[in-house]
Order: sequence, then C-alpha cells, then structure tokens
Amino acid sequence: MQGPLIDTLARQGVSRRTFLKYCATLASMMALPPAAGLAMAEAMAAARRPSVIWLPFQECTGCTESITRSHSPTLEGMIFDMISLDYQETLMAAAGHQAEEALHAAMKANHGKYLLIVDGSIPLGQDGAYSCIGGRSNLEILKEAAQGAAAIIAVGTCAAYGGIPKARPNPTGAVSVSDIVKDKPIVNIPGCPPVPVVMTGVLAHYLTFGSLPDLDDKGRPRAFFGETIHDRCYRRPFYDQGKFAKTFDDKGARRGWCLFELGCKGPVTHNACATAKWNGGTSWPVESGHGCLGCSEPDFWDAGDFYKALSMPAHPPTSVVAAPVAGATAGAAAGFANRAKKNAARKARQPITVADLEK
Amino acid sequence: MNELQFLTWVRGPGLDIAVGIFLLGTVWRLFEIYTLGRGKDLAAPRRAAGASGLHTVFRRSLPPPGMLKRSPVSYIGGYIFHIGLAVIVFLGAPHIMLIANLTGLSWPGLPAQIIGLATVMTMAAMLAMLVDRINKPAKRFLSTFEDWFTWAVTFLPVLTGWMAVQHLLLPYTTMLALHILSVEILLIVLPFTKLFHVFTLFGSRWYNGSANARKGVPV
Repeated sequence: MQGPLIDTLARQGVSRRTFLKYCATLASMMALPPAAGLAMAEAMAAARRPSVIWLPFQECTGCTESITRSHSPTLEGMIFDMISLDYQETLMAAAGHQAEEALHAAMKANHGKYLLIVDGSIPLGQDGAYSCIGGRSNLEILKEAAQGAAAIIAVGTCAAYGGIPKARPNPTGAVSVSDIVKDKPIVNIPGCPPVPVVMTGVLAHYLTFGSLPDLDDKGRPRAFFGETIHDRCYRRPFYDQGKFAKTFDDKGARRGWCLFELGCKGPVTHNACATAKWNGGTSWPVESGHGCLGCSEPDFWDAGDFYKALSMPAHPPTSVVAAPVAGATAGAAAGFANRAKKNAARKARQPITVADLEK
Repeated sequence: MNELQFLTWVRGPGLDIAVGIFLLGTVWRLFEIYTLGRGKDLAAPRRAAGASGLHTVFRRSLPPPGMLKRSPVSYIGGYIFHIGLAVIVFLGAPHIMLIANLTGLSWPGLPAQIIGLATVMTMAAMLAMLVDRINKPAKRFLSTFEDWFTWAVTFLPVLTGWMAVQHLLLPYTTMLALHILSVEILLIVLPFTKLFHVFTLFGSRWYNGSANARKGVPV
C-alpha cells in the first residue's frame, strides 16, 4: 500500500463521500469547528503513511485486539492500516532477528519523524528482567526508541499510568511511559482497552494539523476525556430521579435504571465510552448492564471494590469494634476518676451549723 | 497522589480514622456524662415530676412567647437548617448507601433535585444565621472560637457536597473527596465540641424538665 491515503481507500471501495462523512464525524467528536472536518479530509487524503513503531511491553494485547479487531473492517481499522506500521510484534509477519531489524531500520530511516506507540507498562524491578524483547529490557528499548520519536502515544492504561501491572503490590516495579520519557510530547490514551476511535482520532489530528490534540492534566485528549461517563450516560436521568438498580437482575436493572448503587465508577471516570460506544457503536458496558470500572483513570485497580458505590467506604472500616471499646474504657476510667473526686470532696466537706455562724 | 487516590484514601483509611475517633469520643463522653449520676435530692419534691421531662423535650423546640419576633433569624433559620441537614443526610441516596453499608439499614431516598433544593435552603439559612451572629452585638459578644469553628465544620460538608454534585470549581472526583474529607473532619470534631448536642440534647432537656418539676415548676 503506497501513495496517498485516498487512493488506498478508493482501492478498498471507500467512496470520497464516505470518507468525508467519516472525517466530519471525527472532527465533531473532537469538538473541532465544522471546517476542520474538511481540512482533516484533505490532509488525511494526501497523507503519505507516517512511520509508526508500536512497542508492546508488559501488556495483555487487549489494546491491540481492541483497535485491530473490534472495529474491523470499518474505517477506523483501515485508517489504522494506512499508517506504515513498521514494527508491531503481534501483527507483523516477521519474527526474531528479522523483526528487530525492521525496528532498527524504521528507527534509522525515519529518525525524528516517526510516531511511537507504546502499550503496556515498563517494569523497573530486577533491572527490568520481568519483560524483555530480544534479550533487552523494556526500559532500554523504550529509551532508545523514544529518542528518535516525533511524539509518543501511550495506548492503554498500562502504558499511560502503569495500569494493572502497577496495582498493589506492584511486584515488577511497573511504571508508565511518562514516568520514564520526559523530553517528548506524550499523549495518553488510557482505557482497558481504550476506545478505538480515540486512537484514530488522535492519529487523524496528528496527520491533519501536524500536532497533538489539546490534553488534560493527565495527558489525555480533552476531546475524548473531557467529560465523565456519568455526565454523558444515557442512564443519568434515573440517577437524578433517585432510581437505582439494587441487584443485577431486579426490576430496576431490567428497566435500565442507574447502576450507581452497584458500584458504577462513572462519576469519577473520564472517557468517551458513553458517546463513542464500542463495537461499531453497538453498545458499551453500562448499556449492557454493568457499571463502569473506571479503567481509564490512574490506579483504578486499587480504587476500592468494583461493586461498591462511590459513597461507600472503599474497605470495611476496621475501627468500628476497637474504637467504642476504647471509648468505653476511657469513659469508665473518667467516670471512676470523677467519682473519686466527688467522694474526696464529700469527705473534705466541713459542715457549718447555725451555731457556728453565731460564734 | 492523584485525585482518585485521594478519593480512595478518604473512602478508606481516612474514613477509618474519622469513624474511629468519632466512636471513641462519643462512647467516652456518653459514658462519662451518664456515670456522673445525679446529686442526691435532699429536699422533699414539691411535685411529682410526671411527664415534665418529656414535655420539655418538645417545648424547648418551640420559641417561648415573643421570642420568635425578637429573634426570627435564630428560630426560622435554625429550623430550616436543622431539618435541611436531616433531609440531606438521611434521605440523600448516596448517604443512604453509606449508612446501609455501615449498618445494614436502608430506606428509600428522595430525588436529587429535592435534595439539591434542601441543600441550597440549608446553606442560605446557615449563612443568614452567620450574618446575624456577626451583626447582633450581643450574639457576637457571646460567640467564642468554638461557635465559629463548629459553624464552619458543619457548613463545609454541605457546601462541598453541593459543589461536587453541581460540578463547580473543581473536578467532581476532587470535590467528592473534599466533601468526604470535610465530613470526616466533622466526625472527628463532633464528640469534643458543642456539636455533641446531637447526642445529649434530648437527655439534658429531659433532665432539666423533671428537675424543674420536682422544684415546683411543672411543664
């Protein structure tokens, strides 16, 4: 697949009209002005496959599955095909030394220009021995690849924030990409896995404007992570009315009431699931009847029970037995002290009679 | 510490510390107060106490004749904010969830809009009472640090809870964490300040009522 993107798309039977519609949708999802859709279409149509190097570290391949499979064979998938994916262990045909050669060749040929995509966290424990590729630690590979990258996209919560490998007690000493690379622009696209359209949205933005989209304080594109799941949830009116499902199979659950009481983390989770949805817009976790786990937030794994409402204690309070006992003991001790004081005062009292006063 | 970690801390260890101090302080003070006992009544009672204790519990919630006119803000504002606090704490859905989780007891809540209205009215009443306390020389003169402090620790949970729900100033996660933290401060402070009237109010009214009756002033 060589030449401009529009030619490749045309070969695959995608009309100009369909492509324009797609760009307009993408632009509106990213809250860009209407003209941006056209600009995006023009820029992307003419784009000559930027080199992309995808490094998988401590990950489960769920992010790759999400992007390559769940939308296949839609436009997102094709756009993804359009980039020159020079290294991706899971998808590439090459293996072993050939794969390593492809990686180094791409890094050399496009030095300073390639996009580096990382999924998975980077283990620092045991000198990085927990995850090695071709005998080199993830840390070493990342540092080398980051040097020549124009920008880095950390895909998935593991790459963005350490994710599940970083969950307590973090046996491998896992850290995120931004913990290691400080001198390159980094976009975090968290999620476990992330929403595919967010990924292509960021790529489209990069191809169109030559820059990365506006990011929030956690390095996430504002266009997709600017609002919480809760605020965009179609079940939100039930929350406001105080109508909650109490179990996963009660009347409320069947009627599609709010899942807050079943532990939904929607109110504290920033992601695009509620608007972009999954599987080509088919559904998303809350629509299928399960509360949000908060997977696009840092340390979501350690943020208390998935099935406990946000207003509930994260863990059962341990002080409820010991504290009253201690209080009762202290109270009883104070009571005895007060009694002793009273008795002492009574003993020390010297009654005064009328006769005393008349003296 | 990011805001989710902050929230998890206030929902976990923070809550543990606060509930611990609250329970310890409350049980301690109730024990101490009730083990003080009553002084021996050396004089013969002028009347049997009868229902004076119970009557006083209710009568002291009503303004004495003329007082409503002299001090309307204290009475009306006092009613609004006490009832408002009870409505918010006991009928707000997330609060019922907390109580259900801690005690196993649960009951239906009110819609979010009604809780929102109660919250705004409670805050308005509390602000009016604060202004009144500042403006009236006698009230200001009688106010100590504890009065201002307890006002603040009562007001903050209401304000932060409302701001969290309305998405004001800070992201929801941070505001929710601040809300829970402010409640934890209230829990810690409650047993050791005048806020302890939550527990002692009715007992002391009963005590005074029956003591007054024995002295010949039945109510």
